[in-house]
Amino acid sequence: MKPRQVATGLAVLAVATAPMVLGEYQLSLLTYVGLSAIVALGLVLLTGKAGLSSFGQAAFVGIGAYVSAIATLRAGLSPWLTMPMALLATGCCAWVGALVMVRLSGHYLSLATIAFGTAMFFLFGGLDITGGQSGLSGLPPLMLFGFAFTRAMPNYAFVWLVVLGLIWALGNLLDSRIGRAIRALRDEAAMAEAMGVDIAAAKSAVFILSCVLAGFVGWFYAYFQRFVNPSPFSLAQGIEYLFMAVLGGANLLWGAVVGAGLVTLLKPLLQARLPELFGMSGNFESVVFGGVVILLFQFASAGLLPRLQSALGWSAIAAHAIDPAEPLAKRAVFLADGPALEVVGARKAFGGVIANVDVGLAVRSGEIVALIGPNGAGKSTFFDLVTGVTAADAGDFMLSGASIRGCSGCEIARRGVGRSFQHVRLIGDMSVIENVALGAHLRGRSGMLVAMLRLNRREEAGLLAEALRQLRRVGLDGLAWSEAGSLALGQQRIVEIARALAGDPRVLLLDEPAAGLRHQEKQILAGFLRELRAEGLAILLVEHDMDFVMGLADRVVVMEFGRVIAAGTPAQVQNDAQVQEAYLGSVA
Amino acid sequence: MNAFVAAYLTQDGLANGAIYCLLAIALVLVFAVTRIIFIPQGEFISYAALTYVALREGHTPGTVGLLLALVAGAGFIDLLREGFGGLVSVVRRSLAPVGLAGLAAVSARFGLPALVDLLITVALVACMGPLLYRIVYRRIAQASSLVLLIVAVAHHLVMLGLGLYFFGPEGVRAAPLIDASVSLFGVPVQAQTIVILLSCAVLVGGLYVISERSFYGKAMRAAAINPIGARLMGISAELAGETAFLVAAVIGAISGILISGATTIYYDSGFLLGLKGFVAGILGGLASFPLAGIGAFGVGLLESFASFYASGFKETIVFALIIPILLWRSMAKAR
Amino acid sequence: MTTPGLLLDARQVTVRYGKIAAVQDVSLRIREGEVVTIVGPNGAGKTTLLSALMGLLPLAGEVAYFGGAPMRAPSVEALVRAGMGLIPEKRELFTSMSVADNLALGGFDRWRRGTRDQADDLAEIYALFPRLAERRMQPASTLSGGERQMLAMGRALMARPRLLLLDEPSLGLAPLVMRDIFRTIESLRARGVSVLLVEQNARAALKIADYGYVMEAGCFVLEGPAAELAHNERVIEAYLGVATADRTPAPAVPL
Repeated sequence: MKPRQVATGLAVLAVATAPMVLGEYQLSLLTYVGLSAIVALGLVLLTGKAGLSSFGQAAFVGIGAYVSAIATLRAGLSPWLTMPMALLATGCCAWVGALVMVRLSGHYLSLATIAFGTAMFFLFGGLDITGGQSGLSGLPPLMLFGFAFTRAMPNYAFVWLVVLGLIWALGNLLDSRIGRAIRALRDEAAMAEAMGVDIAAAKSAVFILSCVLAGFVGWFYAYFQRFVNPSPFSLAQGIEYLFMAVLGGANLLWGAVVGAGLVTLLKPLLQARLPELFGMSGNFESVVFGGVVILLFQFASAGLLPRLQSALGWSAIAAHAIDPAEPLAKRAVFLADGPALEVVGARKAFGGVIANVDVGLAVRSGEIVALIGPNGAGKSTFFDLVTGVTAADAGDFMLSGASIRGCSGCEIARRGVGRSFQHVRLIGDMSVIENVALGAHLRGRSGMLVAMLRLNRREEAGLLAEALRQLRRVGLDGLAWSEAGSLALGQQRIVEIARALAGDPRVLLLDEPAAGLRHQEKQILAGFLRELRAEGLAILLVEHDMDFVMGLADRVVVMEFGRVIAAGTPAQVQNDAQVQEAYLGSVA
Repeated sequence: MNAFVAAYLTQDGLANGAIYCLLAIALVLVFAVTRIIFIPQGEFISYAALTYVALREGHTPGTVGLLLALVAGAGFIDLLREGFGGLVSVVRRSLAPVGLAGLAAVSARFGLPALVDLLITVALVACMGPLLYRIVYRRIAQASSLVLLIVAVAHHLVMLGLGLYFFGPEGVRAAPLIDASVSLFGVPVQAQTIVILLSCAVLVGGLYVISERSFYGKAMRAAAINPIGARLMGISAELAGETAFLVAAVIGAISGILISGATTIYYDSGFLLGLKGFVAGILGGLASFPLAGIGAFGVGLLESFASFYASGFKETIVFALIIPILLWRSMAKAR
Repeated sequence: MTTPGLLLDARQVTVRYGKIAAVQDVSLRIREGEVVTIVGPNGAGKTTLLSALMGLLPLAGEVAYFGGAPMRAPSVEALVRAGMGLIPEKRELFTSMSVADNLALGGFDRWRRGTRDQADDLAEIYALFPRLAERRMQPASTLSGGERQMLAMGRALMARPRLLLLDEPSLGLAPLVMRDIFRTIESLRARGVSVLLVEQNARAALKIADYGYVMEAGCFVLEGPAAELAHNERVIEAYLGVATADRTPAPAVPL
């Protein structure tokens, strides 16, 4: 048993035994902790994993609560019928919000949620149907098999079963194909897109999920409190939910529980003591919470639980055995006669600076083409045009005869283009094998719900087995469960190649794969690329090391000042006067 | 609605719009230079209004205690950072705010002219800007804008609580700077409205001239355009951040004094005002000053007319406005 | 242990990004009036080293500037004041501001310390780069690649640095322009500015440098007088010659 599992077990045990030792008041306080923890769990996904943030979760709790209360009071619906309604209502609101926000940078979402939280608070207090400031009362308690949830115990048990269930389910989610994509959103969204992740959809999904969790809390809250008024759904409460997540540790699911516990349990204490201390009544606990959050980010920005974990020396990665699995389906090989990748007349200008002018080249299956040229010649721009990172001003981009001009990066990946990046783009705190498995994103199809319920195990085994197979090919399988950020730069480059291969590409674009490698490593890499060529892959690489390129490439294309100045076999190119002038960097 | 009501609402909307315009400019400036979404901007408004009224009424304003607390806090942090070798510079930096706090405490007893009280108020609040930057943001200046935003929200809560402690829960309303009313095309126009609009114009014009012509103004723009380039010229992130906060505090202080003559201000009134400044600022993507200004007047007018047609939903309507604005921006980005 | 004439004395410098060391145990010295170059392939850690020496990235190890005691975590601003300048690979110009404003801001630190009259300094820069004088009222964003590099150099020189760190000045420049830039770098020596030059174009860099270091995978693998390095078998093989790939002698490009 690992210490982490022991700790988890103890936490579950504590939750289970609490009702035996605690009284009514403490149990209902812990029920509030559980409710806050559910909202905070959503925020861990949103803030800690996806790098988005919402101050408006309390408003979503409110939507869930009011929808349930109104449905029960007006239409007499049973709470078990209003639950799906509450979830649907919050989900729809979040969906509309996500539609607007996904294309903008993260701080717009945060600001919008502040505005949304404020607007909804005034709306709850102003509408007739919500009962205005005095709210709605007279709600029935939850009933299960004729047993009413009037005392603290059943409510406590229900809420904490949900909390533990959610931690299990969200843990499953993060440990899946979709989860890896979510974990890439915060720092490496552009990379994830090149792996075929639909960034907008992934962001929306996380936002909607976190809001639905808030809606669930609202639903329960209505029948737990048995009355609903606007004050628990204010912006201040929304801010408090976010503080719980960041205090506990926005990167850990249990951090949500720790943060919710701290804030919820400390709040009544502070509310009792602080007004005495300040000599007047007021919400001075918010000064304390605000102050603690400010201090937190100055000294321990990851939050309390991750801090504790690293102090105890626990790794953030849990290595586990990979189940044997059948190999994944491979895509059809491109037709042998035409070029696998063909670009004609690519043009791109940034402001006044022309980066690419009429750049054209073709790569056949089973061929290695090297794109060389001095720094700043426009090679990386060309890569970005081919992979859909930037839109070309003009030019035809064909993949096995079909145009990919204007396709998103995700779509181009789907059609069989894999790539590595000039500046290594791995998710540093994720294991090597999971990084590689991200490359196989498009080779799985299971969705969020399936992943949460762990019904995706066969697919997962297949993806991880494929990732391990690629790691074995590049000789890094021994490091599969190391943190990717702890590898040497050269190894990280190789991991990028393995990740691209995990997507079963037909065209492989490598941006300076040999940079930072030692001589011997380069030779091994060259051997490996020859092997891939023999398997029928079309490889286009940008490289600076002439030895490496000339010994490896079938054809070489030379760029300078955004133009192709020469193309041909290595020997032809080497004897080209213009190339010698440009590339040897002669300074007379 | 008749023309008279419309003219009245327009007048009201323009006056509020001018305040939002000033706030939006401060928010865009702070964001451009520091990437901080400066939620506590609104607190400068309430602090200034409460300070100004306290001075007018002959009390020592709470700002004095607050400022001294901030000086002590910043000094403590500086000593932690620099060791006791930094003592001299800490004392030197503290002289101006401490002296000013003393001056304010003394001058309150003499019932000085409004203009003097106004200047003291602006100076007191202005001192807080750089101090707050030093205490809260200097150490995390390189953090992601998400972290900065969360800290800014936490900072807002702290400022709100401190505002309650130092100023108390009572609302204040200052006598208008000029209490008169003129008739324009048959519609009575409050002199305060004209004062607000003129002050806004003068401030905006002044800021424009400073940023285009003065060396420090250029340095600030440089820091906003390219922070790394600016640092390599010796324009430190710290200097740029403190200057941006200084300007934001001055703008907040003037807005607070202006608005205290038009409406009652409590310790927590600033937040909603500042938030409306943000709604305007987002119109320009937190980057364009002219668009933010136009947006501000739009927000002011919308709010004014909404309060006539659906007074209960005034705030909801104004803040829901952010959705179409963001929709428009995201479509503009997609193109 | 201060040595006169030693502008930069870096010992066992290591720079990390997270857990990985991009630069490891690197030592280098620059004397007054020298042009020192670091050559090596992309990704070797050259830019990282320059950024760390300029205070933009934290480093481990000892670095003494201008003959003083080793400084612990100096700020960029303190180093600018002490006489260090860096022209980064990306130039980092103030693109929406005019050429003249860019240059003026180059003298920001001196201006702040009391040198309010920039006319002489500006005239000197315009004499060095007449193209900038022609375009002084244009926004920097409208300049060509070569003009941008000139502006970056001019802006850095406005601060009157004693040691200038140059990161890939030839990046994306046409041969003729590049030749001009290298000539200017050579002329800096005469103006009392020492240079640490990071270049991909090893041939050009070694030609104007006094001393050179070869960097590979975060470490210095070779060092010596530039003229010797230029003829070193290993350097030629790895960085200088396309033509050496098939083991024919280097083409007739003068070293």
